[in-house]
Amino acid sequence: MTERLARLKIQRGGPGEAPAYDDFEVPYREGMSVLDALIWIRTNKDSSLAIRYSCTNANTCKECMVRVDEKTVYACTKRLGTTPVLVGPLTNKRLLRDLVTDIVPPREKLSLLLGEPNSEE
Amino acid sequence: MTVDVTTDVLVVGSGAAGMYAAVSAARNGADTVLVDKSLIGRGGATIMAQMTVAAAVGEQEPDHWTHHLQDTLESGRGLCNEELAAILCEEAPLRIRELDEWKIGWAREDGHMKQVMAPGHGRERCVYVDFLNTGPAVARTLRTQIGRAGNLRRASELTITSIVVNDGQVAGAVGLNMETGAAVTIQAKAVVLAAGGLTRLYQRNSASVNMGGDAYALALRAGAELIDMEFVQFFPIGHLAPRLVGMDPIMWDPFRYKLGGRLLNSEGDEFVQNYGHAETSNKYTAPRDVASFAILQEVAAGRGSPAGGAYLSFEHIPEADLRAAFGPVIDRLAANDIDLTKRGIEVSPIAHYHMGGVRVDGHMETGVPGLFAAGEAVGGANGANRLSGNALSEAFVFGERAGRFAAEAIGNRVGSWSNEAARSAIDEIMAGRHVATRQSGPGLASMLVTLQKIMWQDVGLLRTANGLANARALVQNMRWDIGDYPGASDHRFALSMQEWFDLRNSLIAAEAIIASAQTRTESRGAHQRGDFPRTDVDQTHNLITRLDGEGLSVMEAPLVSKPFNLIPLEAAE
Repeated sequence: MTERLARLKIQRGGPGEAPAYDDFEVPYREGMSVLDALIWIRTNKDSSLAIRYSCTNANTCKECMVRVDEKTVYACTKRLGTTPVLVGPLTNKRLLRDLVTDIVPPREKLSLLLGEPNSEE
Repeated sequence: MTVDVTTDVLVVGSGAAGMYAAVSAARNGADTVLVDKSLIGRGGATIMAQMTVAAAVGEQEPDHWTHHLQDTLESGRGLCNEELAAILCEEAPLRIRELDEWKIGWAREDGHMKQVMAPGHGRERCVYVDFLNTGPAVARTLRTQIGRAGNLRRASELTITSIVVNDGQVAGAVGLNMETGAAVTIQAKAVVLAAGGLTRLYQRNSASVNMGGDAYALALRAGAELIDMEFVQFFPIGHLAPRLVGMDPIMWDPFRYKLGGRLLNSEGDEFVQNYGHAETSNKYTAPRDVASFAILQEVAAGRGSPAGGAYLSFEHIPEADLRAAFGPVIDRLAANDIDLTKRGIEVSPIAHYHMGGVRVDGHMETGVPGLFAAGEAVGGANGANRLSGNALSEAFVFGERAGRFAAEAIGNRVGSWSNEAARSAIDEIMAGRHVATRQSGPGLASMLVTLQKIMWQDVGLLRTANGLANARALVQNMRWDIGDYPGASDHRFALSMQEWFDLRNSLIAAEAIIASAQTRTESRGAHQRGDFPRTDVDQTHNLITRLDGEGLSVMEAPLVSKPFNLIPLEAAE
């Protein structure tokens, strides 16, 4: 029996760079989430992929927002099928790298604590 | 070199314990900085807590904190630090009422706080926020208080990598700026470690990503001691299959308690009663350690479910009753293709909480002057097995105390920052930063998976001398393999560097568990030895772990006892 695969095209790169896209194939498990696939990729294929998440399962930390096929979703609750999906960072937040954007509330920014000029664009 | 940030009290970690500690330090007059490697109030365990908080507020029925203490000590299998346990039980009602004043929204009934029964409690004692919303409500409420506090600054995305100790006392900390990969230096007269537990070290867990044992490793490396590291609590009925997204894997407990869900093996038989605890389908009274052990034994005997656990069945409950108990949760289950009227789900013990931790006195201070701990990071209050509902209580109580006593302790002390004392901590970040750019291919994330398998296999629910020795050798090799500084770097969002510091912490915490588990040659509470299946009264003592150079040492220490009189409830106020 051939293994079923989920396919993801993932936007890579930092601010000011032309976005690059990497394709990944991930072993498909019934009911798996986009976050399951991103964690699998970091663990097994490319640990340089930047993603942000905390609670992993519970959908309470609200840190894992990304765009899947141009729609904003929580990666932890967005289900994957076997049709390919395009995964990119939020477009209304400052890009840090790959799928990670600056979602830190203004009063909680490290740059503020360090007395640095506001890095908001 | 000048330090980047100067403060009186630095609080590391922003779950309930850290946020409470920060609010408390600030209101007791200390200039306070609260930092988190994730986002303030969003990482860690608190926000995931769906269940209940134990406190003898006595609103549902007469209660007194000494009765809560009696239940806590009984659950702890003789190893609780009775001073810490008494503080936890006596002050929990104060914190519950304070949170009530802060409008957390505890569930109410007939004008009083609603309190429910939970396993191991003698009375209806546990408050909560509907539906399955206790943790998010706690986080929201404390975040609001933090926003209102005057002399309190806060920062997300700062990973503390070392506590700086100078002349035998805390001088501050060094951290990794996640956005830039640079080192950040913080001068502080006191530091509160509230960085949570270590359940992420296990393959099956209910942990968030930042629960890899940071607090324990930071404490050990600063020269503080840990206590009873062998006691990792496994939650007996963590969700296993089918894949459930958007829900905490420990969500089944309150429903099993409310409705009497049946725990079945692959032959459709109830089995927990075969392991020394009489439990019928209408009662849910087996302690967590007994239920976890029973499931493990059924799996070992070939009577497990397909995914390697047991079935939890609500099929005997009428649909209307399910709807009444689960509320809107039943629709979230339906979205996961789970219909409880049709079939059971598969559950398994999962690593859930750590009883062991940083050794502190009643002021929450470690043996290193100026270094405090709070919340799950603290060891000792819960002995060999934590009573359900005590985790958030201790986060509130120990957090408030740690902040208050840290603010008190700094007094007129001047900061003792020294660049020399911080040098190695700064250098290891700088060294990582200069490593040639990004590394693709499997990296440290795959090493963590390896560690999780080792811990699950040999340092989990059932341990033996051979398994522990094997695990220790593997973990020691990994400690050697990761080298002295991060081997991959990122120019923006320094996840690879953070992962190296995380893994170093996880490996130290893992070896501390193993070393302590090797020393305790008996079975007690959450520590079960296949080769020493009985409890040994001669081992009714605590085990203390220290880091000497790179090596861990374990020694016995007598229990901290504090006799108390159980207050008759008629006489209670």
